[in-house]
Formats: sequence, structure tokens, C-alpha cells
Amino acid sequence: MLNAENLWFRYGTHLPWTIQEKSMAVAPGDVIGIMAPSGFGKTTLAKLLAGYLNPAKGNVTLDDKPLPKRSYNPVQLVFQNPELAINPRWRIDRILREGHPPLLRHLDALGISSSWLTRYPHELSGGELQRVAIARVLNPQTRYLIADEMTAMLDANTQALIWQVVLNIARQQQMGLIIISHDARLLNRLCPKCLDLTHTHPSEPNLDEMLPTY
Amino acid sequence: MLSISNLSITFTQYNQGLRRKHLHVITDLSLDVQAGEVVAVVGSSGSGKSLLAHTLLGILPTNAEYTGTLLFQGQPLTQKRCERLRGRAIALVPQSVAYLDPLMKVGHQVQRVAQLNGVSPAAARTLTHQTFQRYDLATNTQRRYPFQLSGGMARRVLVSTAVVTQADLVIADEPTPGLHPDVVREALTHLRELAEAGRGVILITHDIEAALQIADRIAVFYAGTTVEIAAAQDFSTGRLRHPYTQALWRSLPKNDFIPLPGNQPNPEQLPEGCLFSDRCPWVTPECTANRPALRQINNGWVRCIHA
Repeated sequence: MLNAENLWFRYGTHLPWTIQEKSMAVAPGDVIGIMAPSGFGKTTLAKLLAGYLNPAKGNVTLDDKPLPKRSYNPVQLVFQNPELAINPRWRIDRILREGHPPLLRHLDALGISSSWLTRYPHELSGGELQRVAIARVLNPQTRYLIADEMTAMLDANTQALIWQVVLNIARQQQMGLIIISHDARLLNRLCPKCLDLTHTHPSEPNLDEMLPTY
Repeated sequence: MLSISNLSITFTQYNQGLRRKHLHVITDLSLDVQAGEVVAVVGSSGSGKSLLAHTLLGILPTNAEYTGTLLFQGQPLTQKRCERLRGRAIALVPQSVAYLDPLMKVGHQVQRVAQLNGVSPAAARTLTHQTFQRYDLATNTQRRYPFQLSGGMARRVLVSTAVVTQADLVIADEPTPGLHPDVVREALTHLRELAEAGRGVILITHDIEAALQIADRIAVFYAGTTVEIAAAQDFSTGRLRHPYTQALWRSLPKNDFIPLPGNQPNPEQLPEGCLFSDRCPWVTPECTANRPALRQINNGWVRCIHA
């Protein structure tokens, strides 16, 4: 169980709260969607849940223990842009083995061909690279996967292919999935449960104007 | 206004020392754009969408070579003419604020674009002011730096840079990914307005649904070639001609969400025949023998012998 209790977070002491009193729980095998316009703290929440940021108040626990600080983190995050998430000087096979090595059948399912393994990231297209970034975290040690706009840069066909594979593997491994997207139709397809951050922030409609979003 | 026919782009690369290899990244691409219309270019990454924009702006890397005919306003578009026209008659709406100067206030940047188009400084200032007003940007926005803008404001500033140029052809490269639907709709409406004002607009995107909102015609790219050019209403009425376009339409979350297996062919090993033959459900021996030519069916163009 991945548990977040009463999270509060802001990026600076004189800036408005980005995350206010937010609690959520994800059980193994759950698929939960998160939806909100830009500036409502979707990515911040994802980073808090994965331990990239520390909350000002409240805590994130995994099976009632805090997230591991040194060893492999069972809560993994996949971002929108794969080019920023991987080392451009490493070959694909080294990138894939950065955490725990992925299973071969997952690579096949994602359509990663063995000829890519000796190439460098700039020799693959964005869609191909995103598959590599996803394969990297789909190892059995990952228990919760947070997909932050994971397929927003990709064409419809690649998007459908990736989600088919990821949902399958999540079901097999009882992996909890948190899907962040602005695409309501995609979330309807993927998640039985959906969390709308806009309803929890009724008093701060101006956040979008205050925080830069690109 | 713009007509591209049989454009092919080849990259020459060195492979292990002095052995040269040629990568055919774009083969036989054709497209034309009339004044007052929005043409969307849709395709997956690596299908040559951005290279098309780079060709029109004359910013291809030096190891690229292209053949084919590029006509802009009836005259061939040579490298020299590209350099003279870009930023004046051909303008780019870039992808994000990362393309603006981070150390310069946005008002000055837009004003400078106008000045580079031969407008006097005073007139450029008024023009910038008018344009910002038109896009609902407060006057103090002019004094902000790019990092102080929200996603929606940034889009409006980027559109302003294209508007002050009086360009005839506007190329918008992936203007929408990762934005909230309302902001997307707003950004697209601005592009539509540019077309209504008599300019030609090329919208480069991977998002078919966004493209359908404003485009008159949609060109679908696959592996560096145009597989289909269809009117926007052909998508919803199910009159698509090419199997790839049909598969792309089916894979949308609002439709069946069923992907087509396989990958786009590698530019180093393009198939002999039809570029789509290895993934096509309709494939026959004739498909793998010859590359099909673009032909006209039902007021649209398709590159398939079975359509």
C-alpha cells in the first residue's frame, strides 16, 4: 500500500502552497488517474509520492515504512520527455540496465528490437525512446509506477500500444499505477478511479498565472 | 501558395571511418497549401514532420541533401530565397518558450521581430502593443521574462511573434502537447484566425484530435512520405482511404484504442515496395514489389494500390 497522508508542499517560503492537505492511498494492482489543468500541482504530487521531493508537512509511506533513501525505490516515475530522462552518452542496453534489468518478454511486448541495444539515444525517435524509458522501470522490483503525461508526446498508435502493454504487465505483477494526464478520454479508458485536483483547490484559481509552466 | 512535390531528403553519414552511408529520411513527399487554409501534418515521431518545417525554413543540417520541387508563390524556393523569406514571408510558431531569449523581456522580443521586418521602432512598438491587446495579454506582460509566463500566456506570445511579421505562410510546430484542453483550443483558434486573415497555415502535430478541430485538410505522414491527404470531415465520416490512417484513427482513446503492431521502418533499411507493407492488413505480392504512387480518390490523395 502506498500511502500519502496530509501532504503540504510549496517551492519557497513566500510562495503559495502548491499541495495542500492532500491524502491518497494506492493499493497493489490499483489504477488511479489524476487530472487537473497545468499549475495545479500534478507533477509536484507525483514527485512527492516518488520521493523526489520531501513534503513540508505530512508523510509518504510504503507498507507503513518510509520510502527507501538509498536502495532501489519501488515507486518509479516516468515523465513526458524521454530525452531528458536518460543519459544521452549511454547506449540503450546500458540505459535499460540502469536499475534492475528488465525482463526480456517485456522488451518484446513493447516492441524494442535487439538492434536498438547498441545504439545511442539520439539514433532513436521519441516514441522508441519512450518505450526504452518505460521498459527500464517495468522490472519486478517496481511496485508502483507513476506515469506523468507519459504518452502526451506520442502519436495515437504508439500511445495505444504502450498502454496496452503497461496495463497488462501491471495486472500480472500487481503493480499499482498512477496515471497523470490532461486527456480526459484517455483517463476514461484507462482508470476506473479518477482524482480531480481542481475540486480540492477552489480558492486558488490564480495559481496558473503565478507558476511558470512550459 | 506553397507546393511541394516529390521531395526527398537524404542524409549522408560516415560509418566506421570513411565508409559513407545514405539515410533516406524523406521519400516522395508531396503537399500543397493554399492561402487562407490550415493544413495539418500528422504522423508519428520520425515520420519527417519536423524535417519538412526545417526544409521550408532552410535550416537543414549541412549533411542533408534534397531533391524535388519546392514552389513558394510560384517561384522555386532555393536556399538563398529561404534565407531571405524566413521571418518575413515564412514564419515559425515554435513549440515552447524555450525558443525565446530567456534574458530579454517578451515585449522587446516581439517588437524586435517587427523591426527586423522593416517596421520603424515607433511603429513596431504600437504594433506589438496592438497585437498583445488582441491576444488578451495585459500591458505589463510586455515587461515580463519568458520564465514568468504561464503555459497559455506563452502560447499567445509565441503566436504574436508570427503575427507581427505579416508572413504569408505560418508553420506551427507541435504547438499543443502537454497543455490543458482549454489552452489547446485557444492556441488552435489563434491559428485558425491567421488562416481566416488570408495566410496559409501548416500545423505540424501528432495529435489528430487537435488537428481535426481547425484543419481544412490533413496530410498523414508515414516513414517520410505522405500516405494520405484527406479532408477533415473524412475522419469522422469513416471515408479514410489508407490503412495506416484508418489504424491511427482506430487507436484513439475515444475510438477502439487498439494499436497496430510493429514499428515504422528504419531509414537505413527501407522496404523495396510500399513503405507500409510490413504492417499492412491488406498486403499482397504487388505491394512488396513497387512503391505505389500518390493517386486521387474521392477528392483526396492516397498512396495505396488497394484503396
